Amino acid sequence: MATTTDKSRRDFMKLAATAGGGLLLGFGWTSAAADSISVLGEAAGAAAGGVEFNSYLSIGSDGIVTIFSPNPELGQNIKTSFPMVVAEELDVDWKKVKVVQAPLDAKKFDRQLTGGSGAVPHSWKRLRTAGATAKQMLKEAAAKRWNVSVNDLTTENSTVIHKASGRKLSYGELAMDASKLPVPTDVQLKDRKDFKIIGKPVRNVEQKNIVTGKPLFGLDVYREGMLHAMIQRPAFGMKVKSVDAAAAKAMPGIVDVVTFKNNVAIVGKSTWQVKKARQAVKIAYEKADNIESTPDHDRLFKQLLDTSNEVVVRRKDGDVEAAFKSAAKVIKSEYQCPFLSHSPMEPMNFFAHVRPDGVELVGPTQTPERARTETAKLLGVAPEKITLEITRLGGGFGRRLQADYVLEAAELSSLVKAPVKVIWTREDDMTGGSYRPAVRYRFEAALDAQNNLIGYKLRGVGINSGNPTREDNFPSGAVENLLIDSVEHKSPITTGPWRAPITNFLAFAEQSFLDEVAQAAGKDPVKFRLDLLTKAKAKPTGAIKYDIDRMRGVIELAAEKSGWGKKQGVFQGFSVYFSHASYVAQVGEVAMVKGKPVLKKIYAAGDCGIVINPSGARQQMMGGIVDGLGHAMYSKLTFKDGLAQENNFNNYRLIRMNEIPEIECHFVDNGIDPTGLGEPALPPTGGAVANAIFKATGKRVKNQPFIDEEVFKTVS
Amino acid sequence: MAIFKLQINGRSYQADVEPDTPLLWVLRDHLGLVGTKYGCGIAQCGACTVHINGEATRSCVYPVSAIGTSKVVTIEGLSANGDHPLQLAWDEVDVSQCGYCQAGQIMTAAALLKKNPKPTAEEIESGMTGNICRCGTYHRIREAVKLASTKTASTTTKKS
Ligand code: FES
Ligand code: FES
Repeated sequence: MATTTDKSRRDFMKLAATAGGGLLLGFGWTSAAADSISVLGEAAGAAAGGVEFNSYLSIGSDGIVTIFSPNPELGQNIKTSFPMVVAEELDVDWKKVKVVQAPLDAKKFDRQLTGGSGAVPHSWKRLRTAGATAKQMLKEAAAKRWNVSVNDLTTENSTVIHKASGRKLSYGELAMDASKLPVPTDVQLKDRKDFKIIGKPVRNVEQKNIVTGKPLFGLDVYREGMLHAMIQRPAFGMKVKSVDAAAAKAMPGIVDVVTFKNNVAIVGKSTWQVKKARQAVKIAYEKADNIESTPDHDRLFKQLLDTSNEVVVRRKDGDVEAAFKSAAKVIKSEYQCPFLSHSPMEPMNFFAHVRPDGVELVGPTQTPERARTETAKLLGVAPEKITLEITRLGGGFGRRLQADYVLEAAELSSLVKAPVKVIWTREDDMTGGSYRPAVRYRFEAALDAQNNLIGYKLRGVGINSGNPTREDNFPSGAVENLLIDSVEHKSPITTGPWRAPITNFLAFAEQSFLDEVAQAAGKDPVKFRLDLLTKAKAKPTGAIKYDIDRMRGVIELAAEKSGWGKKQGVFQGFSVYFSHASYVAQVGEVAMVKGKPVLKKIYAAGDCGIVINPSGARQQMMGGIVDGLGHAMYSKLTFKDGLAQENNFNNYRLIRMNEIPEIECHFVDNGIDPTGLGEPALPPTGGAVANAIFKATGKRVKNQPFIDEEVFKTVS
Repeated sequence: MAIFKLQINGRSYQADVEPDTPLLWVLRDHLGLVGTKYGCGIAQCGACTVHINGEATRSCVYPVSAIGTSKVVTIEGLSANGDHPLQLAWDEVDVSQCGYCQAGQIMTAAALLKKNPKPTAEEIESGMTGNICRCGTYHRIREAVKLASTKTASTTTKKS
């Protein structure tokens, strides 16, 4: 038994090829000389042909334009939308554009990361300039050749045209000459009305590869001699006391069992062998820190909401105490959310090969530079000795901003002196930390006798939440007397950014609370918000860090499109939120079906400035809403003795196709420079839905997941 | 370890693995067919869906020893040129976000359409509910299945 397992994969394939009789070897590695699978786009820099104009593009003599996409692609469609911007300014035929993922290259690109919906605002001008600069150089090359003024030349569809003489030269013909010209520093960018690609729906450039199952993802990376590894990590607050790996080590295919930093890694020749051997490793743990369970957190939240210790004041306007003393009516309400796992469909994994002469890293990361810096530090290797290739990410949602799983692979490879791919199982993913923090909010509002909002208080308490408030967001600026503060509990349970960090729950709580206040004031929820904005504009209190008119714009658009206040037979709830530089308002529509609230539809109105790719933007919006809805409705992680109790999709519930409402998206068309859309559609959803549920049932859902709330208790 | 002869995508393969190895890992680790994805390992997400004798099957819980002479089709073998009506519809509707779940979605949909070439909206929904898309592309998946079903009905499909 043991002898066959020791054969290298290449030997195995040779054996299979000869022994099989009629065996066809047409796929991937089986026909290639090397015993490995390269992920498409890997080492793109080296592979691309043509003349390089700048970091973003090269042009081949055949006219094929290769556009490098620097930022990791995790489903935000950046690999399509960024090249569209370059191609627009270059005036290129989109059919002749080839897009490749650029590997990490700090010299060529800055901010090579995906997170915070920040790539679009950061790169908009850079991408346009890259395209426009190359176009200018191509025109100048043509002008030289024809001995005409560059001002008499135009471009279209990858061609430079001299209208007066009818002469034309393709970009391919000009590329070599053009690339030798000095790079112009002051180029003219297109007028928006001349856009031909931006603003048109362009399909995902990777769609064909995705639907035919091509290797694209980190998990698809296989290298010659590569070992597979899984890691048993301790529950939060525990550490390894002893490891008995004798039985596991004797199992077929197992190369080693290695303990490092409270991790026990099982390393072997195939995923399944490693997974089986893992069950045979006996690990004893001991207490290293607080061992926490969910009931502890529930108790703690109540305590912290009333504490006066370690309170951090985030924003203070006017005299809140006086306002509440003089109030005719005080509204007070609390909202709570559980920990959430990011659970991207592709679990964490990374390939590392630590050699004496350098380190090779390949895999899915939102922050390649951070991964390299931390690996360099860990291994004591110069960063220049580390290459990092970015594969497509099977989702990220913030989880792959962390470098923990990259470091595991690097450390393990250096320990076993072999190329290693570390793979997390789904159970590892859900129990392995870096969660959306659990948070509880207490809101208080003071109304005067005329039902004006004169005082507003918010306290956020969270577990490793940092600042769980966004103190400058609406309604700050619209209330004279306001106090926002927070208290944080430090826990061994690790947390991190989760798609629309903090606002993914804060927006729900705040927008639900504002609904409560509007109700108490006897005002229509939309009018109530618009009145606050009018006040903020006329008489702002303190700093205002959102654009009042843009917020008003999405509120009015959502109200108009949803027929707010004009419909019979459905119950509508309103919500609006500004996050990550974009504005989104939503209306949820609930109908009562056999005495139960059923979400029928969500209308969304977004303002992210110029919409680069309507197809991608629409899907970002829909996906964000489905994500916001699903997690608000169904998902939670609870803890017992430092261990997440929900550990796979059988007990951690994600939204499925039969649970989605109809969604209708609209965008404000204002020509403002674009901002991101990976996150901003998510935060408003919970509030729109909860407020509609209230209209329909008279009951407020205040805690997530909604499914555990009373109003849903009888609803499956 | 034992040698298993497998019929996959109309070709013969062999794998020398332990009998309880799930088909998913045989495909991925041993045969280089990585289009079939791992998502949960417990038949809950559908990312690993393949066809075994035409039936949509969760390969993550299907031991290689149970396959016998059954015919396996993976996403790589669904069509000769990536032109199965569903693959074309996926492109036309621009379904994918991250794309990781989509091979499983398409394989589930393909088995569905084979049995029921003109499914109603409800039938599509109940047929696809076992497949999770964490990116939330459900609306477009539904639209693409519908689109493919109208195309399949009007053209003759290749049998694989
Ligand atoms: S991996 Fe098989 S169903 Fe999830
Ligand atoms: S497209 Fe990302 S999980 Fe479905």
